Amino acid sequence: MTTARTQRIAFGCIWAAAVLTLAVLALVVGLIMIRGLPSISWGFLSGSPENLGRDGGIFPTIVGTIVLGAVSLLIATPLGVGAAIYLTEYTHESLLTRAIRFGTESLAGVPSIIFGLFGFIFFVTYLQMGWSILAGGLTLALMVLPTIIRTTEEAIRTVPQSYRNVSYSLGATRWQMVTTAVLPSALPGIVTGVILAFGRAVSETAAVIFTAGTALNLPKSAFSPVRTMAVHFYILAVEGISLEKAYATGAVLIVTVLLINIIASSLITRLVRRQVRR
Amino acid sequence: MKERGIGVLLLATALGALIALGLITYFIFQAGVPLIAKVGLWQFLSGTEWNPTAKVPKFGILPMIVGSLWLTFGSLLIGVPLGLAVAVFMVELAPPRLAVLMRPAIQLLAGIPSVIYGFIGLTLLAPLIRATLGGPGLSVLTGAIILGFMILPTIIAISEDAMRAVPLAIREGAVALGSSHWQVIIGVILPAARSGIIAGVILGMGRALGETMAVIMMIGNSLNIPVSPLQPATTLTSNIGLEMAYAGGDHRQALFGTGVVLFIFIMILNALATTFVRRPATSRRSA
Repeated sequence: MTTARTQRIAFGCIWAAAVLTLAVLALVVGLIMIRGLPSISWGFLSGSPENLGRDGGIFPTIVGTIVLGAVSLLIATPLGVGAAIYLTEYTHESLLTRAIRFGTESLAGVPSIIFGLFGFIFFVTYLQMGWSILAGGLTLALMVLPTIIRTTEEAIRTVPQSYRNVSYSLGATRWQMVTTAVLPSALPGIVTGVILAFGRAVSETAAVIFTAGTALNLPKSAFSPVRTMAVHFYILAVEGISLEKAYATGAVLIVTVLLINIIASSLITRLVRRQVRR
Repeated sequence: MKERGIGVLLLATALGALIALGLITYFIFQAGVPLIAKVGLWQFLSGTEWNPTAKVPKFGILPMIVGSLWLTFGSLLIGVPLGLAVAVFMVELAPPRLAVLMRPAIQLLAGIPSVIYGFIGLTLLAPLIRATLGGPGLSVLTGAIILGFMILPTIIAISEDAMRAVPLAIREGAVALGSSHWQVIIGVILPAARSGIIAGVILGMGRALGETMAVIMMIGNSLNIPVSPLQPATTLTSNIGLEMAYAGGDHRQALFGTGVVLFIFIMILNALATTFVRRPATSRRSA
């Protein structure tokens, strides 16, 4: 009797926790969407901000976000995928791989404000890139590197050993085996990792604001400063420039993140289904 | 020959993360340590006054350390029980249809930009707390509640993995002894997943300690040491984030010094988390 009652109370609490978590998620997404969507128009998405963002649109910040995310992935993807291939196919567990893993895990735990400080002192000041797409992109690349390494490693590990054996038996070298057997099969997993990394780049503020700057103009070159949507949203809200525009920008941010997540989870689901079929 | 070249190239990419970590450590320390040495380490850590732009500047970061501790432990008070409960829900209780929904939902929770959470704290929770509990609203409590939800995904993901990794045989043994489902969870699954759960909590702690922009938006940014959760405060991170925009000279160096302190805290937490994560892997192999 008491056992059954304890269980009922405990399970009630657990259900409540799950419902609460989903409710908070719905509240955050719902509130921003309900207050933000009405202010979104074509003009808002394609126009330039005026009066520091009080009026006008957010086009330059959309460009800034996409460009910065793209630059960071262009740098981080080859590095991360290469690292994952090395760790899974080219070496055995050793002191070196343990050191590499320690580096990757530690990098994943470094807070974004530290990346911001580092990017500012190293890329912006020491390498004299100034507040720029390049400095911001490089900083973000280091930030998302662990995500890409980890997801690629996981994807490669799910490739059946038989693929490798068949490839070798046909006389392939290690690199031929990797490029023809392992990578094609691991591709959906790798793409998922890259998409999630793009999501991190879109959401980031602290690491970006001190490396890419807050300029509201459209960038002209890799050395131009840019402002991302997340940074724009932060400035609108904290400096009390316009609550209406903040909600609208926030809604665009949420829609972007939602899309990224939907694409990533549908890829994961397809991946899992394929593995089950095997 | 070509094969060997590729191997070397791949090794070089693999060293990327390690080199990045080395560069970060070197440059942050190089920019921050000189001022800490000038002020004196103890003075820097225990000084209660932060006034970097005064004629006789004061560089004491105790208010930020205390603020960070308040906020971090406050967010754990909310994030740990909630996160554990949700993880148990996902592994043990959720009906299959809901279980399928939970994973992307938690992933979305992790994907929402931290500035959005900060904004919700600023515009929704702070006025609510001001109206119901008093105080200025922008406070440790507001920050801790929102941060508690922000660290949920970290805690959930790692504890969920740890619980799923508990061998079926252990569970079956407990069921065979006549345990109820709850007794299996509390007496077998959670203890067996202990080290993974602790690692998740430590990593969640690291996230709370490191969060910056959302904290700036919610915590009120007062340099006084808070004595109640309803008071505003400032943290190691929020102070860097707020003042970096205009700081120069010694002031900027002091912010990097604050970064050094934060970095050391975080690396200790990371090292702790890795030792806890490693343990279940070995015990699973022997089981």
